[in-house]
Amino acid sequence: MANAAAHAEHHNPTGIRRWLFSTNHKDIGTLYLIEAIFAGVLGGLFSAAMRAELAEPGVQFFHSAHAFNAVATAHGVIMIFFMIMPALIGGFGNWFVPLMIGAPDMAFPRMNNVSYWFLVAALILLVVSMFVPGDAEGTGFAGGWTIYPPLSSKAGQPGPAMDCVIFALHLAGASSILGAINFITTILNMRAPGMTLHKMPLFVWSILVTAFLLLLALPVLAGAITMLLTDRNFGTTFFDPQGGGDPLLFQHLFWFFGHPEVYILVLPAFGVISQVISTFSKKPVFGYLGMAYAMVAIDAIGFVVWAHHMYTVGMSFPAQAYFMVATMVIAVPTGIKVFSWIATMWGGSIEFRTPMLWAIGFIFLFTIGGVTGVVISNAGVDRSLHDTYYVIAHFHYTMSLGATFGIFCAWYYWFPKMTGYSYSEFLGKLHFWLTFIGVNLVFFPQHFLGLSGMPRRIVDYPDAFAGWNMVSSIGAAISTVGMFVFLYTIAEAFMRKRRAADNPWGVGATTLEWTVSSPPPFHTFETLPRIK
Amino acid sequence: MLNRIHQTALTAFFTLAGLLPAAAAQRGQPSPWEIYFQPPATPIMEFIETFHGWLLIIITLITLLVTVLLGYCMYAFNAKRNPRPSRVTHNTPLEIVWTVIPVLILVGIAIPSFRLLYDQLTIPKSDLTVKATGTAQWTWTYAYPDNGGFSYDSVMLQDNERKPDQPRLLAVDNPLVVPVNKVVRVQVTGEGIIHSWSVPSFGIKIDAVPGRLNETWLKAEHEGMYYGQCSQLCGKNHAYMPIAVRVVSEQEFANWVEQAKKKYSAVPGLAPNNVASAAEPARQ
Repeated sequence: MANAAAHAEHHNPTGIRRWLFSTNHKDIGTLYLIEAIFAGVLGGLFSAAMRAELAEPGVQFFHSAHAFNAVATAHGVIMIFFMIMPALIGGFGNWFVPLMIGAPDMAFPRMNNVSYWFLVAALILLVVSMFVPGDAEGTGFAGGWTIYPPLSSKAGQPGPAMDCVIFALHLAGASSILGAINFITTILNMRAPGMTLHKMPLFVWSILVTAFLLLLALPVLAGAITMLLTDRNFGTTFFDPQGGGDPLLFQHLFWFFGHPEVYILVLPAFGVISQVISTFSKKPVFGYLGMAYAMVAIDAIGFVVWAHHMYTVGMSFPAQAYFMVATMVIAVPTGIKVFSWIATMWGGSIEFRTPMLWAIGFIFLFTIGGVTGVVISNAGVDRSLHDTYYVIAHFHYTMSLGATFGIFCAWYYWFPKMTGYSYSEFLGKLHFWLTFIGVNLVFFPQHFLGLSGMPRRIVDYPDAFAGWNMVSSIGAAISTVGMFVFLYTIAEAFMRKRRAADNPWGVGATTLEWTVSSPPPFHTFETLPRIK
Repeated sequence: MLNRIHQTALTAFFTLAGLLPAAAAQRGQPSPWEIYFQPPATPIMEFIETFHGWLLIIITLITLLVTVLLGYCMYAFNAKRNPRPSRVTHNTPLEIVWTVIPVLILVGIAIPSFRLLYDQLTIPKSDLTVKATGTAQWTWTYAYPDNGGFSYDSVMLQDNERKPDQPRLLAVDNPLVVPVNKVVRVQVTGEGIIHSWSVPSFGIKIDAVPGRLNETWLKAEHEGMYYGQCSQLCGKNHAYMPIAVRVVSEQEFANWVEQAKKKYSAVPGLAPNNVASAAEPARQ
């Protein structure tokens, strides 16, 4: 009996053994989601603070430009590394990749644990960086998430804040690399019998492609920030022209990581959208192979377009012309995805449940972000738009409205499965409409500001820009209300405890996670399912 | 012309919507509720505006197409109207069409885009050279190697220094002065920190990078004041280092040069010959 009890405890740990030493993919997924919600609220409050400052000309809200820049920097780093990536890859990836391929768990459960805790340590370091000296103006690193030297080198940021940021990025990067290895191994080796690569759900495809991006891109960032660290602390001059270095070397290395990074952020959202559109249209995904290989194509091309972030640094005509053409090519597979989603809806029998609203919203908004991407891929036009609010609008339409809509889409789609409770459709839809209206009000007018010449990353702006900035800030207030509705939606679902069915979405939900109970048992697929 | 029509249409739309107080766009600086580029003042910026006008039409049509298709799906294929879903999952001709047509559109965009890029990066025979240095103190230093080698600092005016007609955060004490209708070679570099020298009406944005001498060109077609702002995050005063260019007649420029030579005593290191040789490896 004692043995049996010990055995049961081993399989169903509780308390600290369950949550701190966790090796279960569902528990680790939950931990990632909790971390992402915390970071998302923090980063969201930072953006609300920035929009409050920018509502009117003049400096009212922050005590200095340094503080504004530090908050803007933290907003970027937190949203990218600690909200979107943990939510989509760590959270939903951990939860649903094993369930969707019929695997009992991830390939390396202990490595999965350490990936998560590295991320928490990284977030703590990043938050600490905001409270230690940056430069003579105050605490925190205020050089933007792109951490370009010389602003991030010893001369620009003498204090330890920048070193904290470097170590935070190192840890977050190590966490992601370990996670990527885990996903690749799991997906390539642990699919249930009969689950060929070409039968895998598109969400799993998207995580596989993303994992390869992480594995190839993050070591380059790690190298670049290590060089920055030795420049700062050990007298090397990789990026200092006075010692024979070049600040542009950093920009090339950074964007060799940074451009794949934006696909790392949005590809898993593509996967989620494909699952949700198919489920609520009650149709299989249209052009499955085209959809899967469009992601592979985006992945491959994404590695050879980096310098389109650097059109103004003084590159030659051939270099700029090459990066322009390569960048434009990405529009083709992206177009295939958008049209295939619409074709999946075409002829379907569409139910407008909350996840479907987020998915349709995603397609519309991602299209806007995509076409403005074609505009700024033109080096000649980007000359006018680079480093203006047009770029802010562009990448928030793809990130803040694309990747984040993908996250909320996944959240409402899988919430009943993960928790066993139903959320309130009314609150979910209220959250959608507040966010949809809010973020459009925030970011659409920023196209106008950018065209008219307003630079990014400024705490105060010429008075002529006041009008659209006020509209943008009103939008931020509305989407902040949406964020609190989201938190209330979670609380309400947990308080009401409405039991969710194993498959709440009906005939359209055909993937394996809907065959297990809601919430799934601690261990799933102890006997492997067979795929016909 | 089409872009003008497009702009007018957009302006009319927002005016009708009551969002846009009828404000004439000012030359050389942003205008309240502006929704498009500042009026162009160089051939390059005119090219950018025309080309972007076409792009705007193309991307608006694409967005409308996607919106209409989404709207139609939501209307015609909702569960009430269409209870039985079709099982169609492939249509090879359709998939080829939506791959090939975007490729053709992109080729159509790329051709004029190459022309624009080439024009921007190929500096015609220049009439004079000016050098802008972004300093570590968040100011611009302007030098005139072809006109006696003098140089001076350009610093943003504080509120108590501005005249009423000078725009806040844009006006400076000593603007760059260039003659109208002349090709001006602009060399840009940074001291200690990266800045970016940008004037929207000229269609210019070029980074001031330490250890590197970048160059571009402008040919201003109208006299007047033109403003821009530093366009690369450079620290606490990033919002406070505007770029101001005064475009004057040739005669006025000659007079100004004579005064400036006396006012800003020539810097020995910037004699014309030295700068010319330093300028050669300019862009890479």
